[in-house]
Amino acid sequence: MGVLASYSIEIASEDGVVRVRNQVREVALRAGFDAFAVAAISTAASELTRNAWVHGGGGAARVEEVEEAGRRGVRVDFRDAGPGIQDVERALRGGFSTRRSLGLGLSGTRRLVDEFSIDSTVGVGTHIVIAKWARLGARA
Amino acid sequence: MSASGIPVIRIRNTLLSAIQGDLSDQVAEAFQQHLLTRIEATGASGVLLDISALEIVDTYVARVLVDTAKMARLMGARTVLVGMRPEVAATLINMGNGLDGLETALNVDDGLDHLGTLRSG
Repeated sequence: MGVLASYSIEIASEDGVVRVRNQVREVALRAGFDAFAVAAISTAASELTRNAWVHGGGGAARVEEVEEAGRRGVRVDFRDAGPGIQDVERALRGGFSTRRSLGLGLSGTRRLVDEFSIDSTVGVGTHIVIAKWARLGARA
Repeated sequence: MSASGIPVIRIRNTLLSAIQGDLSDQVAEAFQQHLLTRIEATGASGVLLDISALEIVDTYVARVLVDTAKMARLMGARTVLVGMRPEVAATLINMGNGLDGLETALNVDDGLDHLGTLRSG
C-alpha cells in the first residue's frame, strides 16, 4: 500500500472533530469517492475523533490518502492516551447509547468503513485505524 | 439570531430554522435554548428544522436533533425535520441510527403540510 499524502491533526479540543472531518472529506473527494462514500468515511472519522476527545481526553489523528492495486482510499489512524476500553468485544457489539458518557458507537462506525482495527489497553490508551476504498472504476 | 448564530424565523404559527455549519456543544446548546425561547415568545405550535445544508450527521448531531424535537414537544410544539440529504440518510441507517421518534418531510413545503396534519391530528 502506498501513501500518497499524510496529514497529522492534534485532537486537543472539540475543534479537532471538525478539523479531522474536513481533512478526511478533502482527501476522500480527491481519491474519487462518491457522495455516499464521502459521507460514510467523514461520519466515521467524526465519531472516532469525538470518542478520542470525549473519552480519551484528546490525542491525535493521521489522515492518509492511500493507493493499493490501482485503487485509491482513505486511511485514518486515531490515537489517544485515555483510560482505554475494558471490554473491546462488548464495545464493538454494543448498540447506541443515549448518553455521550456511555457507548462509543463503535459498532455503527465499523459498518461505515471497509477496514477497522482497534487496539486498546486499559490505562494506556486506544489506537484505532479505519480505511475505506473508492469503488473500482470511480474517478481517481 | 442567537448566540448559536443559527437564525430562527417565524412563518405564521411555525418556526423555521436552517441548520448550517458545525454544531459544537456550545452552538447546539445555544441553538436549543434560543429555539425554545422563541416557541414560548411566539406561541408557535410547529417547528421545521431544515438540515439540507448538513453534509454530515454523526451520532452527536443526531442526538442534538432528536433532543431538540423532544424539548419542543414537551412545550407543546411539533417538530418536523426536513431536507435530509440522501448520503446522510444512508449513513445514519448504515450506522443503525434511524432518528427514532423524529417526524420528517422531503422539504420545507412538505414539512408545512405535514405540520398541518399533525396539528389537526
